[in-house]
Amino acid sequence: MKYKARLSLDILFKIVFKGTGFLVLILLGGILAMLVYNSFSFFLDVKPLDFITGMEWSPASETPKYGMLPLVLSTTIVTFGAMLIAIPLGIGTAAYIAEYATPRVKNLLKPAIEMLAAVPSVVIGFLGIVIVSPGIANLADLSNGLNALNGAILLAVMALPTIITIAEDAIHAVPKTYKEASYAVGATKWQTLRKVIIPAAAPGIIAAVMLGVGRAIGETMTVLMATGNASILPTSMFDSVKTMTATIAIEMGEVPYQTTHYFALYAIATVLFLMTLAANMLGEYFINRFRKYHAV
Amino acid sequence: MLFKPSKLSAVIEWGTLLLSTALVCFFLIVVIWEIVSKGAGQLSWDFISKVPSNGMTRGGILTPIIGTVMLTILTALFAIPFGVCCAIYLNEYAEDNWLTRTIRASIRNLSGVPSIIYGLFGLALFVQALQLGTSLLAAGLTLGLLSLPYIITTTEEALMRIPNSTREAALAVGATKFETIKDVVLPSAMPGILTGVVLTLSRAAGETAPILFTGAAFYINSSSGYLNQEFMALPYHLYMLSTQHQSIDEVRPIAYGTALVLIIVVFLMNLTAFYIRFKYRKNES
Amino acid sequence: MKVKLSAEKLNISFGTKQVLKNIDIQFVENEITALIGPSGCGKSTLLRSFNRMHDLSPDAKITGTLKLEDLDLYARSVPVTEIRKRIGMVFQKANPFPKSIYENIAYGLRINNLPCDKSIVEKALREAFLWEEVKNDLKMPATRLSGGQQQRLCIARAVALRPEVILMDEPCSALDPVSTLKIEELIVYLKKKYTIIIVTHNMQQAQRIADKTVFLYLGEIKEEGSTRKIFDFPENEMTANYIHGQFG
Repeated sequence: MKYKARLSLDILFKIVFKGTGFLVLILLGGILAMLVYNSFSFFLDVKPLDFITGMEWSPASETPKYGMLPLVLSTTIVTFGAMLIAIPLGIGTAAYIAEYATPRVKNLLKPAIEMLAAVPSVVIGFLGIVIVSPGIANLADLSNGLNALNGAILLAVMALPTIITIAEDAIHAVPKTYKEASYAVGATKWQTLRKVIIPAAAPGIIAAVMLGVGRAIGETMTVLMATGNASILPTSMFDSVKTMTATIAIEMGEVPYQTTHYFALYAIATVLFLMTLAANMLGEYFINRFRKYHAV
Repeated sequence: MLFKPSKLSAVIEWGTLLLSTALVCFFLIVVIWEIVSKGAGQLSWDFISKVPSNGMTRGGILTPIIGTVMLTILTALFAIPFGVCCAIYLNEYAEDNWLTRTIRASIRNLSGVPSIIYGLFGLALFVQALQLGTSLLAAGLTLGLLSLPYIITTTEEALMRIPNSTREAALAVGATKFETIKDVVLPSAMPGILTGVVLTLSRAAGETAPILFTGAAFYINSSSGYLNQEFMALPYHLYMLSTQHQSIDEVRPIAYGTALVLIIVVFLMNLTAFYIRFKYRKNES
Repeated sequence: MKVKLSAEKLNISFGTKQVLKNIDIQFVENEITALIGPSGCGKSTLLRSFNRMHDLSPDAKITGTLKLEDLDLYARSVPVTEIRKRIGMVFQKANPFPKSIYENIAYGLRINNLPCDKSIVEKALREAFLWEEVKNDLKMPATRLSGGQQQRLCIARAVALRPEVILMDEPCSALDPVSTLKIEELIVYLKKKYTIIIVTHNMQQAQRIADKTVFLYLGEIKEEGSTRKIFDFPENEMTANYIHGQFG
């Protein structure tokens, strides 16, 4: 090829790369624009304060009520329950893999956890219906087990791979010298783990938890299938709940285009977006802090 | 603080960690065992080669299989070129300033955005604003959009691992920047890019929330997927059979079979990614 | 004695940091010139300004005149790829392309529209003293070669394009003594055909191979002259201190 042709090709592709780069940014930025625009439309009809503090979500009734509290509370209670299960299990497993497992066991456990992460959420939700629900119904003597507890168990399973992977990286990255120093003063393995390694890896572990929380809050299919979807203010883990994601999934299919109800679902999505963003950004912040200290 | 080590407590402590690990493994085993043991009986040539019939209480799942395959191809066609080009721009052309760093951080954060929000965006942009209607194309574009942040991030990571000295080698023999990227940088980064792409597509193939309102259908009559029509997909089919069907108990076996086919597809894609990564690591050392 | 490569009133800065100050230097055809000086003195920066590698860093500011014979290296009308074809470069760390040995040589020929066949590749490999070791494995990935072999392959890659000047940026710093000797031997052999500029930290190496030596310190040329003179009768006190290993 002649030099001129090569040069024009070079310039052409620079433009192509830059162009697609910006197109992608515009598209992804469009998500934010869409959320803001539609939420704004919603707040023309409903006062923001009523939305945020409203105790009742009944958009289909004669006098529609758009209070998001029951939905936010549902999401919170399910996520909180999931974390109660996933955090100890996740950190325990991460510590086991990083500190106790032999290389051979490690080579088995790591792919196993990646496999668990790969299971589609709809399959986990399905198992919530066929295994967890009858189990809960039996144990707690209920008519069915489609409730917050069910969702929490499933979300724990879904958040575990995230928590384990990141927490394991963090524990693994703690410098060997810390450990050696601790052993040198006569500490046992367990004491070293609890008093030296885990504190040193703490920012990384907090990051793992935050990213797990982000994943749990945003998960749709599992909670949609396994929590019963009753939009009442939940009072216990055995109540049926309707999370923010499930609300969007159920109601978006039925609402007419550009009605108050339609816009309301976008407003819910905006709150959801902000919640996951906060969790993810906190996670990112702690990961960066951890990296700064230990230069992974 | 005084340390009082004792053998018994060491065993208990070790046991606690082992127990939590065992529980996690138990979860995985339950998931796989339940699906495989109850779904395997369904698996047959007829099941994957016949369309659903008798209100989906009989027949196979050919229609959702075709739908998922078409959907994944569309996702790939959209997300791979755009994602890879965007990553090339960010890593090879964009200056390293606050703007680029902000863009990079935003893209990373976008991969944490719940998939249902991508569904809403697909509904607003592709289905309604661009008038594509609820269709295979709209759903494919939505999943493509969902996949973009992952593909960009993994591609950029692969590009970052290529040392600058490799780029300089090509430039020093008179290659233009584009030739350097095309002939040296991309081929070297290919295994990393491919791993990321396959993992992302396997995620997209299992996604349900983004296609809920962009084109997935409860049931369609024809078996082939047309771009401008609604479609059936494996994850959505499973969701429908297990929660929305009028005779849920009767179709439960089909639901198990669908779940099994779905996780086989997803696991195969993951295995492909592991294989690429494994082969690449072996070549490197 | 014909001047092949020259720099006049050359100033280079990155952002606010000035790396080279008012450099005037000439390199004579078919000679080996060694650039020495402590780390950060600007010797690599000087070397890389000749084949315009600083084009890659957006914050690099270059003023002054750089010439290959009469050709202004930074003139707008001169294609940068043409310059890099005529001024080859060998890097500190061997950086073969992740391709086969054959392709490593052929790639540069092909993109520059030069004739490319097995005999030409063979000739380049022979010139780099590598042919006998690799003639049966031309299809093997270049990354499987040893460090010294990789570096000789990189030299062959540069030589294949028939450049006029070869720039070498500490080509032996990552190699063992045996490989280093082999490459030094090669460099001396190559000066019959090419003008060579080599950056080195190794004082013995400069004395073994270089005709001329230039001592840089904090972005300025402190002393230059024949290698013999620089090492045996340095005029500048700093040069004397540096070559005797008192700092650097």
